[in-house]
Amino acid sequence: MPKRLQFPLFLLRKLLKVAFTVWVVTTLIFFLIRLMPSNPIEQYIQNLVIQYGMSYEEATSRAASLFSLDLSQSMFAQYLEYLKDAVRLDFGTSFLSPGVQVSEIIAARLPWTLFTVGTGLILSFIVGTALGAIAAYRRESWYEPIISGLSSFLSAIPDFLIAIFLILFFGVFTWWGRGSIVPIFQLRGNYGAGVNIGWNWPFIKSVLDHSFVPILTYFFSQIGIWVLLMKGSTTGCLNADYAVIARARGLRPRKILTSYIGRNAMLPIATEFAMRLGFIIGGSLIIEQLFVYQGVGLELLKATTNRDYPLMQGIFLIMTIAIVLSNLFAEILYSLLDPRIRVKGGSKHA
Amino acid sequence: MLKTQSENNLKTPQEINQVLSTTGSAYQLKGTTRFKRNMRHLREALFSDAIGAFGFLLLLAIILMSVFGPIWFPLDTISNPEVILNAPSAEHFLGTDHLGRDIWAQVVSGGRELLVLAFLTASIAVLLGLFLGSLSALIGGRFDEIMVFLADVWLTIPRFPLLVVMSGFFTLNATTLAIVLAVLSWAGLFRTIRAEVLSLRSRDFIEVAFMLDMPKTYIIFKEILPNMMGFVVANFTLLMRAAIYAQVGLVFLGLLPLDQNWGVMINVAWNQGVIYNPDAIWFLLAPTIVICLLILSLVWIARSMEEFFNPGLRK
Repeated sequence: MPKRLQFPLFLLRKLLKVAFTVWVVTTLIFFLIRLMPSNPIEQYIQNLVIQYGMSYEEATSRAASLFSLDLSQSMFAQYLEYLKDAVRLDFGTSFLSPGVQVSEIIAARLPWTLFTVGTGLILSFIVGTALGAIAAYRRESWYEPIISGLSSFLSAIPDFLIAIFLILFFGVFTWWGRGSIVPIFQLRGNYGAGVNIGWNWPFIKSVLDHSFVPILTYFFSQIGIWVLLMKGSTTGCLNADYAVIARARGLRPRKILTSYIGRNAMLPIATEFAMRLGFIIGGSLIIEQLFVYQGVGLELLKATTNRDYPLMQGIFLIMTIAIVLSNLFAEILYSLLDPRIRVKGGSKHA
Repeated sequence: MLKTQSENNLKTPQEINQVLSTTGSAYQLKGTTRFKRNMRHLREALFSDAIGAFGFLLLLAIILMSVFGPIWFPLDTISNPEVILNAPSAEHFLGTDHLGRDIWAQVVSGGRELLVLAFLTASIAVLLGLFLGSLSALIGGRFDEIMVFLADVWLTIPRFPLLVVMSGFFTLNATTLAIVLAVLSWAGLFRTIRAEVLSLRSRDFIEVAFMLDMPKTYIIFKEILPNMMGFVVANFTLLMRAAIYAQVGLVFLGLLPLDQNWGVMINVAWNQGVIYNPDAIWFLLAPTIVICLLILSLVWIARSMEEFFNPGLRK
C-alpha cells in the first residue's frame, strides 16, 4: 500500500465502522418499538380501542400519524422510511407535548448537560493528571499513599452515591450550629425561581450556584480514574531511556517531569479523554435525577416513565452518536500521535 | 506457579496419550488436584495483602449479616404512626422510616436480594465471556475478527441508558434483569478474556498441548481455565459491582419493582423527602453507606487478585 494512502484508508475504515454502529443502534430501536410482542404501537392502538371505543382502523390511523409511520406499508418499507428520517436526525414529534419536534427538545436540554458534565470532566482531567504525575514521580513521599488511596476509593464508589454524600454534606448537615453550607433549594433545578433568563448577572450567578454541587459530583466521580491512569502511565515512562538521559544531563526535576515524562505519559491518557467526551451526554442520568437538573438524562427518564417513544429513541440515538463520534475522534488522535496504529489490523486494543 | 504448571505438562507424548485414553476418572483425578492447588492459590492471593484480606472479610461480614441477620432483627411488618421518621434512639438505633419501622432491620435484610442478583448476573456474564472469549481466541481467523468487531460496536452503545430505555418496553423483574445485564456486558469481558487466552496460548505448556493434538475442549477446560482462575475471580467481583450499580440505579429511578433492598430504601427515603428532615437522615445514609462498603469490598478483592495473578501472567 502506498504510504500516502495509509491515512485516508484508515479514516475510511473507521468511518464505515461509525456508520455501521449507528445503523445497528437505529435498527435495534426500530425493532424494539415495532416487533416486540407488546410493542408500544400495538399497545397504543389497543388502548384507543378499549378506552375510547374507536374502531381498530381509526385507532391505527391515529397511531400512524402520531408515530409518523405508514402502517399500511410492509414492515420493510416502514423500516426504510424510518432509516431515512433517522439519517436526517428527524425523530418526529414528541408524544407528551404534541407538535414539538424531538430535536427541539433535545437541543434545549443539551447545553445544560454539556455544561455540567463537561466542566466536571475537564476539571477532573486537569487536576487528576497533575496529581497522578506527582504521585508517580514522588513515590517515596508521605502524601503518595494518600493520593492513591483516595483515588482508588473515589473511582470505586458509584457516582450517584457520591452525589448523595455531597448533597448531605453541602445541603443537609449543619456545621457548628451555622446551618448548611448551601441552602437545599439550590441543589434542585438549573436556576432559581424568579430570575430573568438571559445574559444578566443574577441569572448567571443563579446558574453557577445551582450547578456547583453537580459539577463537584462529576469531578469527584472521575478524578480517581485520571489519577490512577496517569500514575500508571507515568510510572511506565519513569525509567525510559529518554528520562534517564534527561536526568543524566542534570536537568531540573520539574523540567523532566513536565517536558520529558509528562508529555509521553499523556499520550494514552489524551485518547482516553477523547473517548470519555462521548459519555458526557449519556453518563448523567441518575445524577440529573438527584439534582432535578433539567438535562438530557432527566429528559430521557421523563420520556421513559411517560412512554414517549419518539423522544426516547431520539435521545438514545444522540447519546450513541456522541459516543461513536468521540471514539472516532480518539482513534484519529491516537493515530496522529502514534503513527504505528494506522497499519491495517492495528488498533489500540489489538 | 506457572513454572510448575508447564513442568507438569511437559510429559512425553506417550504419557499424555495414556492419560487421555483412560476413562473419565483420570480427568476427574487430575481436575481435583488442580482444583485444590487453585484453591490454595486463591487463598494465598486473598491474604497476600492487607487490603484484599480486609475486602474479603468485609464481604464475608456483609454476606453473614444478610443471611443470618434477619433472624435476630426481623423486619417490622406493621407501621407505627407514633415513631415516624425518628432520630436514632436506644430502641431503634438507626431511627425509623416514614411508616415508623426500624431502619436497622431494613438494612440487615436489604442486602440479600442485591447479593443474590449480583452473584447471578456475574455468574452468567463470566460463563458467557469465558465461552465466547476463549472460543474466539482459539478459533481465530475470520470468526475472531468478526467477534472483535461486534464487541467494539457493542461497547459503544451506552449501557445504562439502554437499560432505562428497555425498561420502557419490558417489565423487568429480578431474574430477567440479571440475564439482561449479563448479556449486555458480554463485550467487555469478551475482550479481556480473549486477550488473556491469547497471552496464555503462546505459553509453552499450551503450545505443547496443541502440538500433541489434544482436543480443544480439553485444552480449554483443563489447561487454560485453571490458569485463569485469579483473573476470572477478579472480573467476577468487578461484574458484581457493575450489576449492583445497575440494579441500585434502576431501583432508585423507580424503573424496577423490587421489594426490599438497599436501593429501594434509598428510593423511598429520597421520595419521602428525608433530606428536608435531618433527624431521619440515617434512612438515606445507612443504605448508601452499606452499598459503598459492599462495592469497596468487591473492588478491593478484585485488585488484590489482579496484583497477585497478573505479574505471573504478564511476565
